[in-house]
Amino acid sequence: MDIIETVFVRNNLVVAFAVVGVIIWISYFLADKLTAGRIHGSAIAIALGLLAAWWGGVVTGGRTGVADIALLGGIGLMGGGMMRDFAIVATAFGVKLGELKKAGLAGVISIFAGVLVSFVVGAVVAVLFGYSDPVAITTIGAGAVTYIVGPVTGEAIGASSEVITLSVAAGLIKSILVMIGTPLVAKSIGLDNPQSAMVFGGLMGTTSGVAAGLAATDPELVPYGAMTATFYTGVGCLLGPSILFFIVSSIF
Amino acid sequence: MIVYGVALLSVCLVVGMLAGETLGVLLGVEANVGGVGIAMLLLVFASNAEKFKSLASGAAGEGIRFWSAMYIPIVVAMAARQNVAAAMDGGMLALVAGVAAVIVSFALVPVLSRIGNSPPAVSSSSEKDVH
Repeated sequence: MDIIETVFVRNNLVVAFAVVGVIIWISYFLADKLTAGRIHGSAIAIALGLLAAWWGGVVTGGRTGVADIALLGGIGLMGGGMMRDFAIVATAFGVKLGELKKAGLAGVISIFAGVLVSFVVGAVVAVLFGYSDPVAITTIGAGAVTYIVGPVTGEAIGASSEVITLSVAAGLIKSILVMIGTPLVAKSIGLDNPQSAMVFGGLMGTTSGVAAGLAATDPELVPYGAMTATFYTGVGCLLGPSILFFIVSSIF
Repeated sequence: MIVYGVALLSVCLVVGMLAGETLGVLLGVEANVGGVGIAMLLLVFASNAEKFKSLASGAAGEGIRFWSAMYIPIVVAMAARQNVAAAMDGGMLALVAGVAAVIVSFALVPVLSRIGNSPPAVSSSSEKDVH
């Protein structure tokens, strides 16, 4: 047992490549045999990944899902922000400038619209659940923007740690739902071309959610959605503790 | 050389991240503003430019294509390291807020996608609806 642990931990990134390879092989096999290709293999792989993450979190009590299990620590590096961003940028190779220009304006509008809409929805839900303190309402609204905007806003305006935790949870729910839900609704919201992908990225904003959701829908669309989504969190952090907080304070 | 493509990709990411970080400081925001998006634009420009052709075609291009193809496996690993347990522990408020935000945002995709495809009058009115 000791030998296995030593080898696995010492070569954790390589172990992660092997494990993810097996998960993807199983997922494509299931997609082919059980759903006859109706559900994309990568959608199943992402769902299995989330399931594993939940299990890892419950078993270890840690914060990085299955990566908290010592033998699978390399998953944390492979799926971390650095590798994710590196691979996202690589997907831009082969993107046509014309497509970007065509959807440029809609993309920019969608970023601001997306932040506002998610914030308002989150804030309204907070009010419906009985919150009347502008700091708490703003923080929970910001959490519905992304799980990064929530704590950044909360800390800037002095929210309690309990409210900040709630805002992170709301953002995580959003991110996970975008990962799983995107391939299911893609057809009905017209998500099948670069332009709608850019709008989609701007509206959803959660980089992880958009990255995984589009990967499971149509990998060709990934660079377009990711491009706008990466501006979203920054815009959210800009508006949350400032204009949005002032507006909420003036109402409550 | 494959590494030339990988190096071009890396330089784009680092320069983009520096720009995003700088933009964050200028705006007074504790976040990287669009670093990845800027890096993507740099790569698009570089791979279309004559000057950088040797870094983005042939074997060098394979170096970039490899990482592009590793995107889905990396996203699967990313899913496996999410804090799903914390999301499940967030209770009803977090669940309702997250779900509602996603549903409303999904519904807006077809509305905003029309901007740029239709006459300006239509796009300005759909913009107003959102605000």
